[in-house]
Amino acid sequence: MSGSRERILGGLRRRLGQPGGDDARRDAVERRLADHPRNPVPARALVPEPERVALFVAMATEAAATVERLPDTAAVADAVADLLASRNLPAAVRTAPDPLLAAVPWHTRPALTVSRGPAGDDDPVSVTGAFAGIAETGTLMLVSGPEHPTTLNFLPDTHIVVLPRRRIVATYEDAWDLLRRRSDAGGSWIPRTVNLVTGPSRTGDIEQTIQLGAHGPRSLHILLVEDADTASAAG
Amino acid sequence: MQPSSRHFPENARRALADDRLRAMLDKSASGFRLRRRMAADRLPEFEALRDRGRDIKDHTLAHLDLYLERFEAQVRAAGGTVHWCADAAGARDAILAICRAAGAKTVTKGKSMIAEEIAINDHLEAHGLVPVETDLGEYIVQLRKEPPSHIIAPAFHVSKEQVAESFRAAHTALDPARPLDEPSALLAEARAMLRRRFHEADVGITGANLLIAETGQTVIVTNEGNGDLTQTLPPVHIVLASIEKVVPTPEDAATVLRLLARSATGQEFSAYTTFSAGPRRAADPDGPRAFHVVLLDNGRSALMDTEFREVLRCIRCGACMNHCPVYGAVGGHAYGWVYPGPLGAVLDPALIGLAEAKHLPNASTFCGRCEEVCPMRIPLPAMMRHWRRREAEQGLQPAVTRRGLALWAWFARRPALYHAAARLAARLLRRLARRSGTLAMLPGAGGWTRHRDLPAPEGRTFRELWAERRTGDGP
Repeated sequence: MSGSRERILGGLRRRLGQPGGDDARRDAVERRLADHPRNPVPARALVPEPERVALFVAMATEAAATVERLPDTAAVADAVADLLASRNLPAAVRTAPDPLLAAVPWHTRPALTVSRGPAGDDDPVSVTGAFAGIAETGTLMLVSGPEHPTTLNFLPDTHIVVLPRRRIVATYEDAWDLLRRRSDAGGSWIPRTVNLVTGPSRTGDIEQTIQLGAHGPRSLHILLVEDADTASAAG
Repeated sequence: MQPSSRHFPENARRALADDRLRAMLDKSASGFRLRRRMAADRLPEFEALRDRGRDIKDHTLAHLDLYLERFEAQVRAAGGTVHWCADAAGARDAILAICRAAGAKTVTKGKSMIAEEIAINDHLEAHGLVPVETDLGEYIVQLRKEPPSHIIAPAFHVSKEQVAESFRAAHTALDPARPLDEPSALLAEARAMLRRRFHEADVGITGANLLIAETGQTVIVTNEGNGDLTQTLPPVHIVLASIEKVVPTPEDAATVLRLLARSATGQEFSAYTTFSAGPRRAADPDGPRAFHVVLLDNGRSALMDTEFREVLRCIRCGACMNHCPVYGAVGGHAYGWVYPGPLGAVLDPALIGLAEAKHLPNASTFCGRCEEVCPMRIPLPAMMRHWRRREAEQGLQPAVTRRGLALWAWFARRPALYHAAARLAARLLRRLARRSGTLAMLPGAGGWTRHRDLPAPEGRTFRELWAERRTGDGP
């Protein structure tokens, strides 16, 4: 294997290298990685906050997600219980042990069974927090970690996501900036998994006709919370 | 995948005679074209992003050795392993070794064209493992024992009736009388069958749309979520990627991703874009225990100092094939290898050799639509011309073509003789065509007249008409 490594890299160096040495190429790479400059971004997302939130809602809705606006995290318990009832779903949810959801008064809806941890196939509905919402395409950024099992995003048929309004940013680059400012226990800002989720699962593989619910959730419901503790949402 | 590109003319003839195939191709491609147009028109920055995407890839390719080294260092820092593979055999060995070390029996797979390129499924099967395709389109063609016919829509050529046939033949434990007329019934059945497979799998293999040097992340883009279940549930995740997929930073990835979905399916963004760095961490409740990246060269680095380097900018969106009149007429299988359409006409000769793939750069009308829609602005028609030149240089054209061109060249270098011969031919053809003005058959031009009449010359050559015109219109 190390033979192949040298063959590939050596072949590239021979074809790409500069006669006077590779210092200039190395400097260019180091600078690019250190600066990670932004490229042009869509102007439609660069709007003041109320329009940005409206753009997020419009784009997420276009991608077949449903969005419900709530005054605060305390309203999440009722919203979840009522959604399950209205869709004739079993009154049980699997949730992330996310500090953002710690303030949800689940006890006010005693008929609802709430468990915490990664998802299995028996979990029809999950509730997770989102790290950020990205207005330009109505995309959620979900970040893995002890408080955010990745399976909750994919195994259940219905995925309910709690998104504080203040975490809606304009572009993908803004979401990466938020993430770069975060530092986990290991000192690296790079999570194991970053999921950008735009609407529910879908496929066009049978005669190029779009159908929802291919392998992931058939339904993505976003609870957009006006007044939430944003610090804990960072996960 | 064993190439059959040398049989392109026969493959194409067969495809042209298949009415059902042609109806499916029309339907599928026109939908893709319309949706791409709408998505591009909706984003005022689309053309500027294409320029930027091209520049990002050009910069990365010019520094590819350095970016790959950084990518590897970052994967290792996250606890993953990078396997460098110079060719397909090396990549097959690396993957099999990982599967064996894991004691694997079942391997789930996300869609990966590199996996087709190295024919990993056959290799795993030959060694007693069971590979299961999880992308719905890939699953359908796997059941049909076919290769994919399109790089983003593997079952592009299959009708829903054919899908139902395949499901009835494969899912024998289910009620044979169940209705499978609706796409929704087919999808529900596939979802249920594959859900079991996701949980059984010992290893999950995905491709990568991008690799990010700064962070060591691998990126997959799917709409179904199959790639995420493939890489999250089994204990081992293998990412199979070719070396040119790397970009410097997440910001650069964002630019490429803005172009990818719009060019491919006409979506604003695909449902799932997933960035992975290493295996699950100490406190993580789920995710794979081991993370491997198999990096494949397979002839790509050798393109760096050739006129084909720019094809390495390709992000595999499929727009070139969706807009290609030749692909639209014959479909992907006729091309005889992994990459069909204009991309294949340029890339396949580079990867499997010009002797095998020489027909593909000739399977073009040079209408130029592929280059017009390519998000990375790859000059595909110019590259096909480069391959045609090499074909001539290497003497790979049929003897009759070579002799014909030599004859023409002999005349072309003797203008007086050329003009006289052309005059004679023009008058002769005019005479032969009589009143209809067309020729239904002509000795030596059967390839043309078998399918359509040959319009006869007016009776005078272009040069004669031109000379007359100049004297007529001149001062």
